[in-house]
Amino acid sequence: MTISPTIKKNYLQKLAEQNKRSDGRKFSDYRPVSIEPGVISKAEGSARVKIGNTQVVAGIKMVMGEPYPDTPDAGVMTTAAELIPLASPDFEAGPPRGNAIELARVVDRGIRESNVIDFEKLCLEPGEKIWVVFIDIHIIDYDGNLFDAASLAALAALYGARMPIERLEEEDRNAYIKKLDDFGIKPVEETVKNKAGDEEKVMSYYIPMREPPISCTSVKFNDVVVVDPSLDEEEIAEARLTVSTDSNGSIRAMQKGLNGSFTLEEIKKIIKDSLVTGDALRKQLNESAGR
Amino acid sequence: MKSDIELIDANGKRLDGRTNDQLRDVKIEAGVLHRADGSCYLEWGGNKVVVAVYGPREAIPRHTQDPLRAIVNARYNMAAFSVDDRKRPGPDRRSREISKVISEALEKVVLIDLYPRAAIDVNIEILDAEAGTRCAGLTAAGVALADAGIPMKDIPVGCAAGKIGAETKDGKVSGGHVVLDLGKEEDNFGDADLPIAISPRTDEILLLQMDGHLTVEEFNKAMELAMKGCHDVSKLQKDALINKYAADVEEVE
Repeated sequence: MTISPTIKKNYLQKLAEQNKRSDGRKFSDYRPVSIEPGVISKAEGSARVKIGNTQVVAGIKMVMGEPYPDTPDAGVMTTAAELIPLASPDFEAGPPRGNAIELARVVDRGIRESNVIDFEKLCLEPGEKIWVVFIDIHIIDYDGNLFDAASLAALAALYGARMPIERLEEEDRNAYIKKLDDFGIKPVEETVKNKAGDEEKVMSYYIPMREPPISCTSVKFNDVVVVDPSLDEEEIAEARLTVSTDSNGSIRAMQKGLNGSFTLEEIKKIIKDSLVTGDALRKQLNESAGR
Repeated sequence: MKSDIELIDANGKRLDGRTNDQLRDVKIEAGVLHRADGSCYLEWGGNKVVVAVYGPREAIPRHTQDPLRAIVNARYNMAAFSVDDRKRPGPDRRSREISKVISEALEKVVLIDLYPRAAIDVNIEILDAEAGTRCAGLTAAGVALADAGIPMKDIPVGCAAGKIGAETKDGKVSGGHVVLDLGKEEDNFGDADLPIAISPRTDEILLLQMDGHLTVEEFNKAMELAMKGCHDVSKLQKDALINKYAADVEEVE
């Protein structure tokens, strides 16, 4: 560790001894979160999420593709994250490295394993045609806790993602609409403004989604555990724990990082706090999506 | 590429209702990012661009350093979700070229002699693309550089003009209207595109590209329109900076 992080560490530790954090929060306080869906007009779905100064944009694109041989009747999803040099003086241009890949994989797992997307309803013709859902996450401003920001942005973008059925051939489109109808999925009639500024009625089908688990990250330094670490806190953290919880109060995913350790008591406390935070964030996510 | 869309009607009204010398709506905000030394968010029609400036800082890798001056590294990058068909992440030949011409345009106005061996990194992210991203990117870069306090002779600004609605018969092009700031359909199905960037105090041209077909008269008309567009946008750039720093001044008072 070089000199300036050491000074920062001493400062944050001293504050922590007085039950304080550098931005005035309590240990269990999350920073203010804002979720703005539909910010990118070219994307099928998109969202900008801010957690304090951290800012992330996620966009969804959907294309017709071929399924994997082992799941011939299910849609496919891929997640990519870019730690672009715009977001931090320490991010470099070039292909994604360890951090970006870890971030994308953790977000991907959170969505995939919890079956948030109803993949079976994204199949047009088993073994032949399915939707491929691309989730691309752009980090715009980096001030810590990318895991939570990126997952929340990806979920918010998916919630508002409208399937581009007008791009299908007419025959495929009609067959798919019938299939969705059999599943009991009805279109939403919406009024949108077209290029000339006139109002137009369109039928929209949204990606079929289930209630998602919400991830909440805490870090530990100097025997203090704080929720939603800022960049300063992340830099001096000894251990990190991300807990994903669902609306039933169950735990759906956990990931510990860094070379420090937690006691069982600490973990129980983190889970308790994560449930509270998760509920608040889920409420905000649903509100932003108008549900 | 040709289409049956009528890009401009008999009254000179364009698809989106603009007249021939009208810009799309431009919105600029300075200092939007926490981490960057200087930043800017810009919306220009359907384009959404965010730019961050870092530096001057030591140029890395070392062999890129110039012992006599700073280098300006513009990096134009499109988000995968910014276009109709998903773009594969990472630089391609088009974005590398745009990065290069923007870097060169910016080096003309930045006082690079002040910072030997340094790099000034200008990261241009296109979040939503709808014709004219290089001008939008360069314009936002000008604001972000000023926001970062980088000494410059002027705040560079870009704008495009072009030609739409011409007829092609036996390989000969005739007719057409010279218009300011091409929209998406005009860019795709138009007859010529002329993006430029200038230093608005002196009207020096920092960037100029053209493709399509223009007579000399049409070129002169297009340049005149584009210059006027640049000057209009230049005012918005300055307003954005004043807005940001006026707020700071009030806080101090």
